[in-house]
Amino acid sequence: MSAAAEATVLITHEVGLHARPSVKFTKLAKTFSAEVEVALAANGPWFDAKSIVKVMAAKAPKGTVLHIRAKGDGAGEAVGALVELVRRDFDEGVDHARTA
Amino acid sequence: MPEPLRLKGIPASAGYAEGPLFNLDPVVARYRSKATAADERLALETAIGTATGRLAKLIQATEGDAAEILEFQLAMLEDDALTGPAFAAIAAGQPADAAWGQALDAEIVGYETSDQDYFRARAADMRDIRDQVLRALTEDSDPAAPAGAIFYGEDIAPTRFLETDWSAGGGIALKAGSAASHVAMLARSRGVPMIVGLGAVGLGASPADLAGVALLDAEHGGIVLGPTRAEVEAFRQSSSCFAARRNIAETFLARPAVTKAGTAVRVQVNIADPSDVNGIDVSTCDGVGLMRTEFLFGKTLPDEETQYRAYRKVLEWAGDKPVTIRTVDAGGDKPVPGFTVEEGNPFLGLRGIRLSLARPEVFRVQIRALLRAALHGNLKVMFPMVAVRDEYQRAAALFAEEQAALAARGVAQKMPPLGIMVEVPSVAIAPEAFAEVAFFSIGSNDLTQYVMAAARDNASVAHLNSIRNPAVLRLIASVAAFGRAQEIPVSLCGDAGGDPAAIPALIEAGLRDLSVVPAQLAMAKAAIADVSI
Repeated sequence: MSAAAEATVLITHEVGLHARPSVKFTKLAKTFSAEVEVALAANGPWFDAKSIVKVMAAKAPKGTVLHIRAKGDGAGEAVGALVELVRRDFDEGVDHARTA
Repeated sequence: MPEPLRLKGIPASAGYAEGPLFNLDPVVARYRSKATAADERLALETAIGTATGRLAKLIQATEGDAAEILEFQLAMLEDDALTGPAFAAIAAGQPADAAWGQALDAEIVGYETSDQDYFRARAADMRDIRDQVLRALTEDSDPAAPAGAIFYGEDIAPTRFLETDWSAGGGIALKAGSAASHVAMLARSRGVPMIVGLGAVGLGASPADLAGVALLDAEHGGIVLGPTRAEVEAFRQSSSCFAARRNIAETFLARPAVTKAGTAVRVQVNIADPSDVNGIDVSTCDGVGLMRTEFLFGKTLPDEETQYRAYRKVLEWAGDKPVTIRTVDAGGDKPVPGFTVEEGNPFLGLRGIRLSLARPEVFRVQIRALLRAALHGNLKVMFPMVAVRDEYQRAAALFAEEQAALAARGVAQKMPPLGIMVEVPSVAIAPEAFAEVAFFSIGSNDLTQYVMAAARDNASVAHLNSIRNPAVLRLIASVAAFGRAQEIPVSLCGDAGGDPAAIPALIEAGLRDLSVVPAQLAMAKAAIADVSI
């Protein structure tokens, strides 16, 4: 199988792709066997979307356009599901909004 | 016998503890190197396994924010990208402790140097992860804290707090730390006494320095090491008196406040940061009588969205109970870089509504956020430091303008009732000039300092700064009477509202609506129940 998929999504979560959101993001990515990567720009650098260390290292704040791409089995579903998660604001209501 | 050592700190969680000190700052833990790289590898794997297991157990015993922090730490610890470099260093001949420490320090630097607050704050989590594994690696040389110990050191990790059994007493005394930290929040919710900000010098560092019994007074903020017999006796008395007061007060917390004679008094809470409401059961108070907004104006001027989210969070927490938000009260003793101005006499200068009206471009952002947030609950808005009617009218006109502008853009919004603080004597003396406002809220701290001409940040005139001075009480009574006659609600939101010694006089002055800091809620209700009006 050489399926490949790519998409972009705007991060609207108040604290960006931060601790709690990145736990959810990487947990979801790990449920797919496809190789999944994220980047803050179309030309990279690309980070392993299943590694919370790498995803946090991307330091994507609110307002960032996140690039997501996947290769292999279920690549399309993986990208679709991750885009949806970001779009749903990581399923966090305003209750979780934090102010510094 | 050595002299007792006394240090002052800031109370972060009220209470008393007597016990031995336990030094939190590691007397650099000793790790015994293993014979082969394979053994080093095994030692690190075992230590990571131990730390992971402890975290998983802690998560099960924890709720809310604390659990989410731990889940993040667990996910990090389970990620090969974090542990990989350490194992590579071991393969290259490093002992496990150095390999782990260096690998984690490299990650920590990345967080510490971030230009975003949220990421910088995660450096503390990364240090916590590092230290949990280091602790597991050196376990046999790391003494456990004795039961009932007072933890003393630079700072304490949330995991350390959560894995400690506090049922035998004990407390926390930190050289640094903050009353707003997660640990402080946890300590308040579990009733563990805690003080912060003891300073870098502290009590000493060697085991001999820290030997002996210590007395932690986290009600007033102090710690004594090696106390005299008289000090121990006085301490135990304060401690049992505090416990008795707290026990009695707790029984009042869940009930509405009523005096002996059956007069109902509304008791609301004062908050500063939206997260302040996390630890409060909304059913124990009658709403938020004062939400300060200066915290939002810490380092930079906050944008509309940030403010909107903060206000909305509190409104949704309160449900249909009222939330009174005060527009930004910067200036005086609360400077904001880039907003307030330097003045010779800031308490009498450009502060509160005066500053907001002088900087309408900043004020309008807050007004829009409030108008939009008003849809999410029972919002009331009040202006601080109003001295003349014109200030209220100009502020209200800006609200009307912004409402019209939002409506024209199709943005959903709602006009909240607009009231004023009564803290400048001109308002308290002649409230009839303000018959059009929706409500009055007496700011007793400022009203007292202006009536008595005694700055509240000046200890040498503190004896003059008493709300129970007849002049201050007479003004409060006259505002309350004016409010009753005109059917304008009057409340009080200064420190006096939660002071058991001042509460009888306030009720006698005609007030039936007080707003207090959350920690004083139970004590205030208990004090009200003792009043015979």
